[in-house]
Amino acid sequence: MIERRPLLQAAAHLVLIIGVLTVAFPVWLAIVASTHPQSAFETGLIPVWPGDQALVNYGAMFGEGLSNLGAPPLSGMLFNSLVMALVIACGKIAISITSAFAIVYFRFPFRMFAFWCIFITLMLPVEVRILPTYKVVADLGMLNSYAGLTIPLIASATATFLFRQVFLTIPDELMEAARIDGAGPLRFFWEILIPLSRTNIAALFVILFIYGWNQYLWPLLITTDEGFYTIVAGIKRMAEAVDSLPIWNYVMAAAVMAMVPPVLVVVLMQRVFVKGLIETEK
Amino acid sequence: MATITLDNVGKSYAGDAMAVSNVTLDIADGEFVVLVGPSGCGKSTLLRMIAGLETITAGQVRIGNRVVNDLEPGERDIAMVFQNYALYPHMTVRQNLAYGLKNRRMDRAEIARRVDQAAGILEIGDYLDRKPRQLSGGQRQRVAMGRAIVREPAAFLFDEPLSNLDAKLRVTMRSEIRQLQRRLGTTSVYVTHDQVEAMTLADRLVVLNKGRVEQIGAPLEVYRNPASVFVAGFIGAPSMNLLAATRDNGRVMLGDVALPVAVPGQGPVTLGLRPEDLHRAPEGAEGGLDMTVAHVEELGAQRLVHGHVGGQALVATLPSDAPLADRLTFAFDASAAHLFDATTGSRI
Repeated sequence: MIERRPLLQAAAHLVLIIGVLTVAFPVWLAIVASTHPQSAFETGLIPVWPGDQALVNYGAMFGEGLSNLGAPPLSGMLFNSLVMALVIACGKIAISITSAFAIVYFRFPFRMFAFWCIFITLMLPVEVRILPTYKVVADLGMLNSYAGLTIPLIASATATFLFRQVFLTIPDELMEAARIDGAGPLRFFWEILIPLSRTNIAALFVILFIYGWNQYLWPLLITTDEGFYTIVAGIKRMAEAVDSLPIWNYVMAAAVMAMVPPVLVVVLMQRVFVKGLIETEK
Repeated sequence: MATITLDNVGKSYAGDAMAVSNVTLDIADGEFVVLVGPSGCGKSTLLRMIAGLETITAGQVRIGNRVVNDLEPGERDIAMVFQNYALYPHMTVRQNLAYGLKNRRMDRAEIARRVDQAAGILEIGDYLDRKPRQLSGGQRQRVAMGRAIVREPAAFLFDEPLSNLDAKLRVTMRSEIRQLQRRLGTTSVYVTHDQVEAMTLADRLVVLNKGRVEQIGAPLEVYRNPASVFVAGFIGAPSMNLLAATRDNGRVMLGDVALPVAVPGQGPVTLGLRPEDLHRAPEGAEGGLDMTVAHVEELGAQRLVHGHVGGQALVATLPSDAPLADRLTFAFDASAAHLFDATTGSRI
């Protein structure tokens, strides 16, 4: 649809620009705030233009952290978050692509039952089953461990469904041709299915990485050891200083650093990501 | 190279009617057999049973002298060409051709030799490094054929391989497939619903209907002596006229017209007349069919005249310069008449 109405176009652009500003302004404030000394916030006003303390603030956060407030250096928390996001994304993809493979390409007893069991997990995200899950994880001795951070979040159905839909669009003849070409199920899976779902895997990876990175409630609950804090949960601990004002310049530096990796993932994988969402030709 | 033997082969789905029943067929080494029939007649199912893509619920399939009922498709030494080509979209043409050989752990030099040879035969050498999506329909079709050729299998199985091509390309590819099969001498089973394809390609035709074999024979034999009303109506274009007639004192009667066909017995009978066997006769000729013309289809070389005789539809083929009128009289030679039992449909 092509419309040539300058007024309409101007209005449309105005709406878009306002939208972008609304989203971008808080981010701008966070970046600006992370470049000022602590004294800049004592007036109760937040500066709008960058200051000169960026290196000092970021250096302090990466070096020592806010130990008195229970926040370890950023580098450790960033590493934990990275591990958590990567393990969740890869784990979810691995588990769901294999289960989708089983459901779409094999006829086994209780196949529909298995399918519905997977389906039901859609209705049980971590937040809903948080207490029993905590109990299980605690009894298994997985508190304060990477396993405890990731495994409960890996088991869910969303990705299984996505792959099931992807596999259903791949013509059966391809599987039959592979069988005639002497490829067994595993070879078909590795050499045909996975290459064909490459873009979908990438798209899913982006979504799941961000999902894992942004986990807040679960890490907050099961980590008490500083060595396993993740950055998103860590920010909350910093901002919640007892008996003192939050050190806003440091908190904002941490927030900015927490934003960078997901942004990088999206920017670097944008092309495959979009391709994965729109590509239909098989 | 091998023979294929089907021995009382059948396929039934759980609790359902038979999709294919009691098919017995011996395919000689190097023979080109075409399975033809309307959609849903079980021809594809039968082919897929030979390929191993469908389980065989009754009877036995032998390729060479091996019973293959329980073998995986990859172990049956067959190659198949699919209707939608089924090329692996993420592989280049070369990888597509080599995939089946690679899976069989053939050494690289031999794979390269066979791929180059097949590419030469099919003239696809120029796009060995392209992906299937960069090829046209005809080129994809060739690649699919190439994937079968490189395997040097005991038999080729074709599942309506030309259906996705446009009419002109279909005719070219048809004769190419025939020449290629002659040249390679590989036993082939070909499924189609297109009776022209069936007639032109086959050494032997197998006409299927509702999962049963109606007739097996050389194309001309099937055309000249259809074994049943079904075969008569299916083979030949335009299709044979089938008229309800009666037998009376050794003559065939159409309404109250006595036709020049001798037949013993009494009772109803189905009379089959090919449109091309009907020719103009003077009005009022003895045993002539008086047709009320409804409409005429011009085919260029000839014209098809549609009309009615005594309330029954009739089609006749006339030369394109033949004069037309509202009423035409047609006659035919007694030898051109096909008679079928009106109840069982089998040839008398």
